[in-house]
Amino acid sequence: MSERRMVTIDGNQAASHVAHKVSEVIAIYPITPSSTMGEWADEWSSQGQANIWGTIPDVVEMQSEGGASAAVHGAASTGALTTTFTASQGLLLMIPTMFKMAGELLPTVFHVSARTVATHALSIFGDHSDVMACRSTGFGALASGSIQEVMDMALITHASAIESRVPFIHFFDGFRSSHEVSKIEELTLEDMRAMIDDDAVAALRARALTPDMPKLRGTAQNPDVFFQARETVNPYYDKCPAIVQAAMDRFAKITGRHYHLFDYFGAPDAERVMMIMGSAAEATHEAVDYLNSKGEKVGVLKVRLYRPFVPEAMFAALPPTVKKLAVMDRTKEPGAEGEPMYKDVVTAFGEACAAGERPPALTTIIGGRYGLSSKEFTPAMVKGVFDNLTQDRPKNHFTVGIKEDVTNTSIDFDPNFQTEDTKAVRAMFYGLGSDGTVGANKNSIKIIGVDTPNFAQGYFVYDSKKAGSMTVSHLRFGPNPIRSTYQVTSANFVACHNWAFLEKYDMLSKIVDGGTFLINSPFPENETWDRLPRQVQQQIIDKQLKVYAINGFQVAKDTGMGARVNTIMQTCFFAISGVLPRDEAIEAIKRSIKKEYGRKGEEVVKKNWNAVDQALENMYEIAITPQPTSDVPMRPAVPAEAPEFVREVLGPMLVFRGDDLPTSKLPCDGTFPIDTTQWEKRNIALEIPVWDPNVCIQCGKCALVCPHATIRMKVYDPKHLDNAPSTFKHAKYIGKEFPGWVTTIQVAPEDCTGCGVCVEVCPAKNKQEARLKAINMEFQPPLREPERDNYEFFLKLPEVDRSKLRINTVKGSQFLQPLFEYSGACAGCGETPYYKLLSQLFGDRAVISNATGCSSIYGGNLPTAPWVVNPHGRGPAWCNSLFEDNAEFGFGYRLTLDKHAQYARELVEKLRDQLGGELADALVKATQKTDAEIDAQRERVAILKEKLAGLQHPEAKQLQQLADALVRKSVWIVGGDGWAYDIGYGGLDHVLASGRNINVLVLDTEVYSNTGGQCSKATPRAAVAKFAAGGKPMAKKDLGLMAITYGHVYVASCAMGANDQQTVRAFMEAEAYDGPSLVIAYSHCIAHGINMRTGLETQKRAVDSGHVALFRFNPELAAQGKHPLQLDSKEPSLAYQEFAYQQNRFKMLTKIKPAQAKELIELAQQDAKRRWDLYEQLAQAHRADGNGN
Amino acid sequence: MIDLSTTYMGLNLKNPLVPSASPLSAKLDSIRKLEDAGAAAIVLHSLFEEQIRHDANELDHFATQGTESFAESLSYFPEPGEYRIGPEEYLAHIRAAKEATSIPIIASLNGSTAGGWTEYAARMQQAGADALELNVYYVATDMSLKSTDVEQRYLDILKAVKSAVSIPVAIKLSPYFSAPGGMARQLDEAGADALVLFNRFYQPDININDLEVGPHLVLSTSDELRLPLRWIAILHGRIAANLAATSGVWTATDLLKAMMAGADIAQACSVLLHDGEAAVGRILADVTKWMETHEYESIRQMKGSLSQKACPDPEAFERANYMKTLNSYA
Repeated sequence: MSERRMVTIDGNQAASHVAHKVSEVIAIYPITPSSTMGEWADEWSSQGQANIWGTIPDVVEMQSEGGASAAVHGAASTGALTTTFTASQGLLLMIPTMFKMAGELLPTVFHVSARTVATHALSIFGDHSDVMACRSTGFGALASGSIQEVMDMALITHASAIESRVPFIHFFDGFRSSHEVSKIEELTLEDMRAMIDDDAVAALRARALTPDMPKLRGTAQNPDVFFQARETVNPYYDKCPAIVQAAMDRFAKITGRHYHLFDYFGAPDAERVMMIMGSAAEATHEAVDYLNSKGEKVGVLKVRLYRPFVPEAMFAALPPTVKKLAVMDRTKEPGAEGEPMYKDVVTAFGEACAAGERPPALTTIIGGRYGLSSKEFTPAMVKGVFDNLTQDRPKNHFTVGIKEDVTNTSIDFDPNFQTEDTKAVRAMFYGLGSDGTVGANKNSIKIIGVDTPNFAQGYFVYDSKKAGSMTVSHLRFGPNPIRSTYQVTSANFVACHNWAFLEKYDMLSKIVDGGTFLINSPFPENETWDRLPRQVQQQIIDKQLKVYAINGFQVAKDTGMGARVNTIMQTCFFAISGVLPRDEAIEAIKRSIKKEYGRKGEEVVKKNWNAVDQALENMYEIAITPQPTSDVPMRPAVPAEAPEFVREVLGPMLVFRGDDLPTSKLPCDGTFPIDTTQWEKRNIALEIPVWDPNVCIQCGKCALVCPHATIRMKVYDPKHLDNAPSTFKHAKYIGKEFPGWVTTIQVAPEDCTGCGVCVEVCPAKNKQEARLKAINMEFQPPLREPERDNYEFFLKLPEVDRSKLRINTVKGSQFLQPLFEYSGACAGCGETPYYKLLSQLFGDRAVISNATGCSSIYGGNLPTAPWVVNPHGRGPAWCNSLFEDNAEFGFGYRLTLDKHAQYARELVEKLRDQLGGELADALVKATQKTDAEIDAQRERVAILKEKLAGLQHPEAKQLQQLADALVRKSVWIVGGDGWAYDIGYGGLDHVLASGRNINVLVLDTEVYSNTGGQCSKATPRAAVAKFAAGGKPMAKKDLGLMAITYGHVYVASCAMGANDQQTVRAFMEAEAYDGPSLVIAYSHCIAHGINMRTGLETQKRAVDSGHVALFRFNPELAAQGKHPLQLDSKEPSLAYQEFAYQQNRFKMLTKIKPAQAKELIELAQQDAKRRWDLYEQLAQAHRADGNGN
Repeated sequence: MIDLSTTYMGLNLKNPLVPSASPLSAKLDSIRKLEDAGAAAIVLHSLFEEQIRHDANELDHFATQGTESFAESLSYFPEPGEYRIGPEEYLAHIRAAKEATSIPIIASLNGSTAGGWTEYAARMQQAGADALELNVYYVATDMSLKSTDVEQRYLDILKAVKSAVSIPVAIKLSPYFSAPGGMARQLDEAGADALVLFNRFYQPDININDLEVGPHLVLSTSDELRLPLRWIAILHGRIAANLAATSGVWTATDLLKAMMAGADIAQACSVLLHDGEAAVGRILADVTKWMETHEYESIRQMKGSLSQKACPDPEAFERANYMKTLNSYA
């Protein structure tokens, strides 16, 4: 038997390691936080890794989790060993299939990184609400609490499912376990072979559907036999727990790790016990050990097998002395008399007492909720629960970990109570998202895991922004096993990898006295101390910290590392933390660099080695003065003039103190105010654009393409310049519309991300120095103050009258106020310029349904909201329902709006006499295609409301409520290609077919961008994506063409970088069309592996190569007897490779599988030609029918 | 029977026409066609170490760009087990070219580091290359560089590669030396088996409408042969290294001129890009026909017959030549 090796991996990899090796068919679909399980499986199969039977598992991506589970169902029905991975709503989509599989006794394992089910809000983080929603399906459920357990239980679950015929969920906590990196013992193929019962596998295959032994399954049954038949499965469920325990026993013989259906740890004579499952059981275990070492008598009952629930095993595991039992549920069931596991336990005790098997009323059982959405669950909270149990009447149905001050369910705990292992190194690293800090820390864990006998653990916290985000790494290394499934509460090492964080966040509150603080300082050695904020200096002095610093950015620049300070800061950590002897550590780092980067070429290895050496040479220790010397203050989270809600609720969230907010501060239904990104001055750009009015031709392109709406244009009467700041710029307006007026193009200096897209797109060049344009990037710090004043002044300039603008042009549209600003999208995002244009053109009347994905994150991820209210009090109303239901959800808006408008018109007719015939006619018959017509209707509605105010008629009151429905609203259904092409396609198709007036905007990045770049049906042939690690073999689906075939759908294909005017026209036409519209907007994306600054050039290449054909299909033209299809791009003039090989997604295939890359790129070239030829033929074809039906 | 054969760096070639490094030699199909058309040997397209380094860095950069920043998208690309970074593809091409043809295959290398020159040269030899051509493509824009620094760079590279391989090594030169003759002699003494005269840089052009500077590929013309002709004529018989003429070899006349000036082979590129691989056969047929007409028996017979040492008017290759041209134009 081969020796097991120690590996440092996360929970997802641990689960996938087993699942891949004991399966034949794996159906996958991405959803956070489970996606990487599928990604691993796909990559391993792509690399030719076989399962324990020596064949490579077939890994197939489906169009949704519903599809994945159905494929698993089909595979199991035909005799395959099969599995899938999912979480949250994904698991919920599988529920119908789960009922079927359990009913048909078809074994499978769904590995679930348990995640919060979206309710009042989406949350990607962990709790058990998804798993609990599956209780009635008939699936078994096994829980894992640590990374080692995830791997172990994965195998035990597969073995148990195959033998018992009961399908299983194997679950572990999303993020806390799925993403925690830990050192564990890896199971070998021999271990797996030993656990899987060959006879059971043979029996499974023998039950397969096959025409060689034909049979019928999936019958429709009637009242006569359904009930009885449903009871036939009982024996399998009765036997299942014993089969699971036998698998656990067998596993113990193989590995030495012995699990039971319930495992008790703690005092054998404990009177107070907590019952809990998942990762929190580990923190509880740690706290129990600590408390017992201090003389208490407490215990924890870890639940492994949750379904089938086995009371006998539970009673057997509990100490006989238990008097008070707290059953902890990581879920919430509003309206229930208790959470699920609590109820299971109460029922079990009740039944046992009733049967006389346990003395009645000897045990007090209470239920508590904890840890929703990965809320921290710490030993302090564990102690709080045990303290509650000491009460004569402990609080039942309590919450812990929050301050619930609305119905007062929460119990108190002492946040200063800690059980951290003092023998362990506990380190916290504050990094900038793009600087590689997390990657370096994962690497450090591997180094320590491999090169020392120490245990190692890493957990990583990310903020809600995609650009300029902060990461916090929590690392523990030590000689003892680590059960601390919570963030570091007491650190002996803290590193700040970005100076700007020092002024924003209190990062030394958790460092111990005498701890070590490492700073990446951009200042010279003799200035660093004095530049620190005064509060930070005081903490350093008070806690007697040792402080080291290095100019990591300079070293990174000098060694060719760019902005990635990862290797440099990692080296400093090893050099001063003492976790390994210094020389040994440096050697280990270099070895690890060779291992990590070797496959990317010697050049990359050498570059990193050099960075290691330079880091050691450039790090220095800072001399601490006895008293603070700095006058630098900490920056407030938001300015004092911000609204109360922003100050009191969003402000704490912005500085990572949202945990302190009580329930009473939060909205009850998930409804939040908008217009709040304006208060979050992030200052993440090193360089910002600066306008040169002398060179500018006022084309508006810079403002159009700005992904974050931080370049604004206004045209105004120069009389408003009277009090302008001295550096405020303006130029005479170029154009006939506003004679005598001036124009300003102004940057929002503190909101700009510095992406540089505006500079790239600027067509005007300086005649004296051609490298300069009308807009140029310059160093931000000296510009911050003056440009802040200029921007404030700019914002107060009056907005121009929309009716005087030609808003169907690029330039005209850019004088409209963006009602979408400063979002958390990636710097240089290819989607947001389209969304911003939508907000400018229609934002004051738009109600938006947004599919889950990137756009729902930058559109709706707290703390702040990018949607803006205009001076008239109007702005986009935005909601994200789910991923799969977006089209139908938005369609529901339309139904309401149409119904209310119709009812309002009916009421107007009924009240005609009181309102006056002229007003009634105007209200009911108003044409509302243009902005001016809509404004006129708004004025009529205002008059109507005034008149209604004086009427007492009940129908007048009804009309008062619905009067605004008489003004046309613009329904927009927005989402990415994962939604439109895959999971939401059925609904989208139905909504388009309905003929109702909805507008669909597909932000087509050709991958599932938000979950990390998984393949969708929009992914082009020859591109590498996750789930298509060997390059996508099939061509991109032509969604536009499919919609065109209806005839009544307005369809446009746009690429702003290729033809911005066509984009504006398409948006205008789509919205004006009284029927369904579909705008497919090609959006470059960081997942393409491109220089985001030149993303628009990539778009142009996409069109020039024929990858994207620009067109507009307008059924109104057909109705007028004209040709409905207008091709807006020219015949491809660029070889497909010239488009493709500018992008890593295509190019990397040439470095992985050159022959396949060559073959696929040639086919992709043919795809482009075929697509163009087809559209050209369609554009030339005569359409005889007028309405396309 | 006309004898077109020649020797170049110890390689016995059936004729003196050798396709030079170009995109044509990157395709196996083209290599076969060139051989079929009569090419005596083939210089493969250049392996650029800088490109390999650039590709590796780009791959690393774009594969890690934006990673570990946002909880839902901790990376954007799958992690393949192995990347094919480095010269493997080129080395495989050498092996394939050797298998596909029976003529000598000369690999071409443009290194950017001392280690890169020697490592890749050795691996090219292992892959079966019959000889190497060092393509020291180098524009000395660094204002602090002295001409001696540039010259030393050429010599260092040559010596390093010569010490790393046993197959013959040619070095392709820039014409922009202050003393090309002295440079040639130093390279000769450093062990160069051949000098390839000259590397033809693609000169940037200015777009007055877009206000941009960019590369602008222009194929050579026969007129451009004059520069190599002059220096081949001057060097012939004065150094031991063989000489290859390149830049402007379009016709049989061009080839014959190169031979008479003293070249051992003539390398063609633009004509092949323009007219296709079959141009090789046409030029060779024309050469044969001319030699028949003018009763030449062999290439050897004419080689260097109009070199500076052998020509009736040696000063024609010197500065007087320049004055004379201007005078005649006036």
